[in-house]
Parts: sequence; structure tokens; C-alpha cells
Amino acid sequence: MSTALVNDPATPTRGARGTQLLGALLRSRELAVLVVLLLIVLGTTLKSNGFLFSSDGFRNLLVTPSLLLLLAVGQTLVIVTRNVDLSVGSVLGLTAYLTGRLFADNPGIPVIAVFAAGLAMGALLGLVNGVLVAFGRVPALVITLGTLYIYRGIFLTWAGSDRINASDMDPGFLALGTRSILGIPVLTLIALGVLAAVGYYLHTARGGRELYAIGSDPDAATLYGLRVTRRVLVAFVLSGALAGLAGVVYAARYGTVSSGAGSGIELQAVGAAVIGGVAIFGGSGTVWGAAIGAFLLVTINRALPIVGISDFWQRAVVGALILAAIVLDRVLANRQERRLREQQGSSAAEAAPPGPDGPPVPAGPTDPTTHHDEEARA
Amino acid sequence: MSAPTLSDAPTSREPRSERTYPAYSRPLWRRALLTREFAVVALLGVVYLYSFNEVPAFDGPLTLYYLFLDIAPILLIAMPMTMVIITGEIDLSVASVVGLSSVLTGVLHQDAGLSIPVAALVAVLVGGLCGAFNGFLVAYVGLPSLAVTIGTLALYRGIAVGLLGTTAVTGFPDRWTDLAKQRIVEGSSWPMILVPFLLLLLFTTWLLHFSTFGRGVYEIGLNDEAAHFTGVNVELTKFWLFVFAGAVAGFAGVYYTLRYGSARGDNATGLELQVIAAVLLGGVSIFGGRGALHGVVAGAVLIGVISSAMRLENQTVNLINIVIGVLLVLSVTSTSFLAWASGLAAGRRRARSTDRSRTSSG
Repeated sequence: MSTALVNDPATPTRGARGTQLLGALLRSRELAVLVVLLLIVLGTTLKSNGFLFSSDGFRNLLVTPSLLLLLAVGQTLVIVTRNVDLSVGSVLGLTAYLTGRLFADNPGIPVIAVFAAGLAMGALLGLVNGVLVAFGRVPALVITLGTLYIYRGIFLTWAGSDRINASDMDPGFLALGTRSILGIPVLTLIALGVLAAVGYYLHTARGGRELYAIGSDPDAATLYGLRVTRRVLVAFVLSGALAGLAGVVYAARYGTVSSGAGSGIELQAVGAAVIGGVAIFGGSGTVWGAAIGAFLLVTINRALPIVGISDFWQRAVVGALILAAIVLDRVLANRQERRLREQQGSSAAEAAPPGPDGPPVPAGPTDPTTHHDEEARA
Repeated sequence: MSAPTLSDAPTSREPRSERTYPAYSRPLWRRALLTREFAVVALLGVVYLYSFNEVPAFDGPLTLYYLFLDIAPILLIAMPMTMVIITGEIDLSVASVVGLSSVLTGVLHQDAGLSIPVAALVAVLVGGLCGAFNGFLVAYVGLPSLAVTIGTLALYRGIAVGLLGTTAVTGFPDRWTDLAKQRIVEGSSWPMILVPFLLLLLFTTWLLHFSTFGRGVYEIGLNDEAAHFTGVNVELTKFWLFVFAGAVAGFAGVYYTLRYGSARGDNATGLELQVIAAVLLGGVSIFGGRGALHGVVAGAVLIGVISSAMRLENQTVNLINIVIGVLLVLSVTSTSFLAWASGLAAGRRRARSTDRSRTSSG
């Protein structure tokens, strides 16, 4: 929790030096994951050229993570507000099936309409989550656990033993899964476009900054007059819509939709966000980090068999990575806290004699220290 | 808890002070009966009676037997999970520990040639170790349990799948597979697994409701800082609870293996969600500090009764999932909805007497 407070890039009041320091540390967090990712790609490529340099390998490297990337971006929006959305896997399955159904039942339906339908469906399901969480005052973990069951149940009841095959779908739509523009697959471009938009929103827009504020301290955000309920609602709707989009992308990429679509992917999405430096207790982290985390997870899955580790061990590696990421976070946060305290200790000593505009300065040091104590024990 | 208290409000017309002692201001029978736990027990009774009378074949001799066989892993793991959740933490990795312990039982028996009891013992110990790793990271490193156990969920499941791949170990001695399915008394509908469960229930009840340790568990959930200052060893308590959860999950894994006669890496996938659903349905607060074991048992059995009744009605497992999900959402939102509704009513009442009433209700 205190990590959230200290890490929060949304606190510009600490003076230029502090912000720079924070910024640098944050960058290094994402940089670290990026370096690991690049090392893995490099190592695997040395082992087998085809991993990167065959046209197919390069394409796969970019396309395969796009699905998880969309989910991780949505998950970040929710986690930043100190919530979590476990229902995204079920939403993905449901919209993927909806996509197939739309093509099967209405031949010749425009692709754009299908995308719109998927987004709308996802947003609707996200709205249900959001309403329950925001108005029910119940932890999102419980609510989305419930809706995970409900949505999957609806999906399976609707689909029955039915299965959508590539022949049911529009060839133009399926071509999206294989087409590239300037060497970059279309699906990746979609995911990157979403990433850029959400990243911009979180980084600069007022709504985005408010999400961080809510996650850092919900009570303070309420007292400050932020519309917590509405913002949380919006975060869930966006997460749902992105999961819906991921469902459409799933249908385009794989061409078949069976009952297992998207099951268990919610934990991967949370894992990607956590690996990318999004603190599980909100208020900290960026979608860029989550996106790199998603790339890392998927790339590791693909790299393991090439370096000779049976792909049965993939999940163990993913788990170890998640653990390593949160331990690293804690270490970085502790170091940063210590640095901040030293820095504030000296600045408080300097600022003490003049006196009158004291309040903001003492407010700084007391805050992290009390939290540090709480955390050192907890 | 808060709902009944607030419904008392109409009797006192004056603006009440916020500080009340809800539990002890009412007679014993109301304290015992007007609770979330009792609501679940009552719901279980209603659903059971309804199924017994209306669902064809539900009164048959096999229904209860299979019901208990099926929900035994949930019942077992729900015991330590209740305590973990009451401290305000959560353990998502239990199902992976079940899978790992199942694989270990199989591998140790088949490849290492250990007898079933020895293999089972090792599996339970490894389960405890898995729990200890969770507990160490949560209690002593101070990491959020949600993130830690999402990580170990993948890690333990990965080790289980890695050890065995997609193959399965079968061919356990009949003596042991029969034991898992045996009835306590031949011809009754109570399977043998209920014996260890009842022992565990007795132990957990004593531990949670009648021991100093248990009071500490509640205190940690309410306010771990205050608990620390009253002399509760917060770290050690949490640590042992995770070890407890891991060991019980390990035992459940052994049972799971023998019951189905096969050890697979993907055994019991998704069980953690069912366990947590049962615990929360039973009235345990996810925020910690609140809950009781009779509610949890009722919650787990309720899920079992609904599933088996719906299966007998030829409903698919999908519909059962929907019903369980809806129940879970309803049960957790109902309290805050009631509180909100009565808070609204109280707020309106207070608004008549004072102007600055609404500020406190938010």
C-alpha cells in the first residue's frame, strides 16, 4: 500500500528533484523488464535463428502477445484504482463466441460492426462488474470472481457443444489475423493503438490521473471531491470493453472458438501487469510496463521449448517470474523510501528555520515514515 | 451484523451516537439467530427440503454419498481458508497445491516405489512447505497475499505439470482407492472422508473460536496494528495459517488422487475459486475480522446440494456455475445493500432533526 503512495508518479509537489528521481526509478523498473525481455529474445535467437529472423518467427513474436496485451492494459486500468477484474477471461470467451455467432448467423455482416458488437458486449459486461463493485461496496475480487462464474456459465450455456469454425467466419475478417502493414501484423497494430491511447489517457488526462489518486488512497480521493464511484465504474467498463475487443481479436487470430476460449487467462493478465510493475494495491504502475510484462510472459512461453526446457515447465517459470517481480518491487520501494527519507530529512532541516510555510514539508516526511513502520511489521 | 442493528434504529427517535455495541445490546437468541451465518444455514435447510421433496431421486441413497465425496476437498480446504481470510489475507494457490500433491503421490508411489501412506505423508509435508513459502513471503517479506499466491498458483501448478507432463499415474492399489470411497458404516450414505473432515472441523473450531490463537486471528483481521500492540504475533500467526492451508490442501490432493484413482498435473484446476466462493457464501468477510465456521460449512454444503439437485434435474454444469456465481454476488452485496438502504432511511430521519447528517453516512 505504501508502495503505492511512494511510487505514485502523480505527486508533483515534492519538488523537481524528487519527481525526477521518481521518474528515473519508475523508468528503470520498466526498463528492467524490457531488458529481460530483450535478453530472452536475444538468447533464444542465438540458439535458433528462426525465433526472430524467419518471417514467421518475427510475426509470431509480435502477434501472439497482442491478445494478452489488450487484457493487461484493461487490467492495469482496474488495478490502478485498487481493484481487480478476474472476469476478463470469461468476457473474452463470451465475445469471441459472439463474434463467431454473428458471422455464422448474418453472412456478409461488416467487420466493423462485429468489432463494435464485441466492444459493446464487453463494455456491458464490464458495466455489470463496475455497478456491483462501485455501488455494492464489495471488493472487486469477490464480485469479479462471481461474474467469472456467471459469464462463463452464460457462454457455455449459449454455446452448448457448439463450436465456431473458420469456415463460419468471414474470410476478410480472418485475413486480419494474418495480414501485416509495413511488416507489422494488423492485430498487433490494433493492440498497440489501444496501448498508446490508454497510456496517453492515464499519463496526461485528468480522468487518468484521478484513477491513480483513487488507487493511492480512496478515502482521500473521496474527501478531495473526486468522483470515485464514477471513475471506478469507467475503469471497469473500459476493462470489459478491452476484454471484448480481445475476444474479437481471439476469433480473428485463431479462427475457432471452443468452450475453453480464454479460461484461466485472467490470472495471466494480472500476472503481466504485476510483472510490469503495476502494484496490486493500486496507485502505481503504467500500461507500458504491463504491456512489456505481457510481451515477456508470452515470449517466455514460446522461448522455453527452443532453449530445451519442456513447455510443461512454462507455468512454473511464469509463477517464479511473478514472484520475482513483486519481490523486486518491494526491494526497489524500500530503497526509494530510504532515499526519500534521507532527502526529506535534510530538506526539512533546511526548511525548519524559516518556518511559516512549514506545513507541506512536514507532511511529506511523516507520511512515508508512518507507512514504513506499518509495513516493516506487516 | 450491521443490518439487524440498524433495523433497530426506528425505535430510538433521537440522533443516535455512532458508537454502539451491536453484539451485546441484544438478547442471546437474537445474537445467535439474526446473523449472516444463520441465514446461510436456513437457506441450506430450505434448499435441502425443497430438493428432497421436489427433485426426483434426490431422496435416493446415493445422493448424499456422492454429494459429500464431491465436496470433500472444498470442505477440507475451506477450514484453513476461513482462517486465512479472517486475517484479511487470501490464498489462491491451494488448488495448485492439491494438483502438486496429487502428482507427488502418484510419482512417489509409481516411480520411487513408496507405499501409499508414505507417499501421502510426503505429499502432505510438501503441501505444508508450499504453504510455508507463501506464508514466509506474505508474513515476513510483507508482500500482498493476492499477488504472492497468484504467483505461486502458477508456480506450484507449473511444477505439478512439469513433473508429469500430460501423462497420468493410475493403478493405485485397490485397498487405498476403495478406502477413499468407503462408507463409514456399510449401507449408510456417509463416506469415510467425513471422518478426517470432522476431526479437522473440531480442531479448527477449537482453534478459531475457543483459543487465544483464534482471537488473535480475528484481531489481525480487524486491525493488525492493534493486534500487534495487544501482543499478538501477527507474522507468526499468518505464517502458520498459510502452512495449515498448504498441509490441508496437500491432504486434499491425496484424497483427490485416490478418489479418482489418477494423479494428473491438472487435477483440481479452479478449485480455489470454489473454496473461496464457499467461504464467502458462508458469511466470512473478505475484509477480514468476521466469520464463523458453521456458516462456512453450510456454505460449502449449500453449493454441493444445489449442484447435485440441479444435476438430478438434468441441468448442465454451466447453469450450476451461473447459480453459484449469482449466489456469491448476491450474498456479498446483500449486506452492503441492506446497510445502504437502512443508512439511507436513517440518514433521511436524521436529516429532519439536524442539517449536517449526510456527511457521516458516506
